[in-house]
Amino acid sequence: MLDIIKYIVNLLHEPTIAFTLLTVGFPFVFPPTDWFEKKHRQLHIDKLWSNTGGVVLMLLVVAYFALGFTDKNAYIIFTKPDNVPIILMAFTVVYFLWLSMNQAYRNDERLDRGEKPDEYNDPNDKILVWPDLVYSELISIILMTVFLILWSVYIKAPLEEPANPALTPNPSKAPWYFLGLQEMLVYFDPWIAGIMFPLLIIIGLSAIPYLDINLKSSGFYAFKSRRTAIFAFMYGWLVLWIYLIIVGTILRGPNWNFFGPYDYWDAHKVVSLTNVNLSEYVWVKAWNQGLPANPIKREFLGFILIFLYFAVPPFLLAKTKLKDIFKQLGPVRYAFLMFFTLSMLSLPIKMYLRWFLNLKYIVSIPEWFFNI
Amino acid sequence: MAEKKLEPQASVGIKDASIESAPHGDVSRKSFIGWMTLGWTAFGLATGGFLTMVVRFLFPNVLFEPPQSFKIGFPDDFTIGEIDLRFKNKYAVWIGRNDEGIYALSTVCTHLGCTPNWMGTERKFKCPCHGSGFRFSGVHFEGPAPRPLERFKIVLADDGQIIVDKSKKFQQEKGEWENPESLLKV
Repeated sequence: MLDIIKYIVNLLHEPTIAFTLLTVGFPFVFPPTDWFEKKHRQLHIDKLWSNTGGVVLMLLVVAYFALGFTDKNAYIIFTKPDNVPIILMAFTVVYFLWLSMNQAYRNDERLDRGEKPDEYNDPNDKILVWPDLVYSELISIILMTVFLILWSVYIKAPLEEPANPALTPNPSKAPWYFLGLQEMLVYFDPWIAGIMFPLLIIIGLSAIPYLDINLKSSGFYAFKSRRTAIFAFMYGWLVLWIYLIIVGTILRGPNWNFFGPYDYWDAHKVVSLTNVNLSEYVWVKAWNQGLPANPIKREFLGFILIFLYFAVPPFLLAKTKLKDIFKQLGPVRYAFLMFFTLSMLSLPIKMYLRWFLNLKYIVSIPEWFFNI
Repeated sequence: MAEKKLEPQASVGIKDASIESAPHGDVSRKSFIGWMTLGWTAFGLATGGFLTMVVRFLFPNVLFEPPQSFKIGFPDDFTIGEIDLRFKNKYAVWIGRNDEGIYALSTVCTHLGCTPNWMGTERKFKCPCHGSGFRFSGVHFEGPAPRPLERFKIVLADDGQIIVDKSKKFQQEKGEWENPESLLKV
């Protein structure tokens, strides 16, 4: 029985399956449109943010790790000192997600009834910085210090032998907060995944207040009045960042191969990962020719595709689906919004292209260190 | 000094102080500029000197680098179809021998510079950082690595031993593996 559960859990962790389930299921959990909203209510997913739902969510996370402790392979991963922050992260992310969504849904209901949001009903609308805030901060600082001291006493720092340039640990993992970036590096060239994407993430996050000019429900949690924005942000945050960190921690083993949480980390696991550039698909496989020596000629199709990807959807969407948003934001804000969104979506697109078409790079000019 | 004179005037009133202090200072306009120039020059020199020291600090005093050019033995020491790992630790090269000849591969992954492992049974180099894979020849075939491993200059010395010169590298994507020095034909 336990073996069957473990087999199913392992299977669900297969990135192609897990990532697809997450992506497809996401709009049902954070509905961005009326249709999804209806399904969301019909399937009772909104109960997830009720008090019972919160307990169930936390119990699920506990059960996930508890089940892992019964398996000797998962036990090694879950108890590794490096991975303690990830387990804490799993709990805190789920808890705070539930907390904010719970408040948002309560406020939505109040607003629907024509009442003011929860926050307006506080008996004392204002509290004093001193002593109320400062005291609770002091207590938090003391508790956190105690926690950190206990952590450092009971779980040894994962220090290793002096670095040896001739020997890279296998697998070699970045600090846990960078594992999402390391996961991106599997699909993109270093200059994109290591420089462009981090920059775009920081700039894009800083740009949110300038792009999102919706003034509704500012100052308190609410979902309905800004559901599309919350959906888009949550997808980037939970799936393209938190999920990738968890993949990097729990599912990546020797030689950066995928392993289910209950799999043995076999350094000799053979996976067929042979991948091919778009130019080779086009010139060699489709047109039966050799690759042209001139890189621009060789990669012209990739350049055209990239250009079309960033140029066509914004125009089409401005005329059709996103007409209202385009009107509301104006061309400059809209262009930036589309650029950031399309850049963000290029990651899952590239992941699928790699998984299902074995596509290495859309534009591949190793002569100039330029690959997309 | 100028400051001392200012004090009583300041108590009289701001307007008076500002009018009175201008012509009465010990420091004339000319000498002010002189002192200013001296001060800034000194500051510039000190900062410049300090920065020079910082930049100098970034370069090591002694470098324990193995020689860039070294002998690895006679051609008969290397078996056809095998990767020789003996020189990986000291010189960061793998020596491979195929039907045609002997070549020296760099142990630096062309994706982000980790050191891949040679996996004898799978007959491939596999990088532990992002999963790039390279064939026996050094050509990339899986994972994110965009180009093959680099090869180094490899020639025969007068005494019949093989010399590997890491100061000259050959990149396949630039067509440099055609160069006779990238492969020692034996």
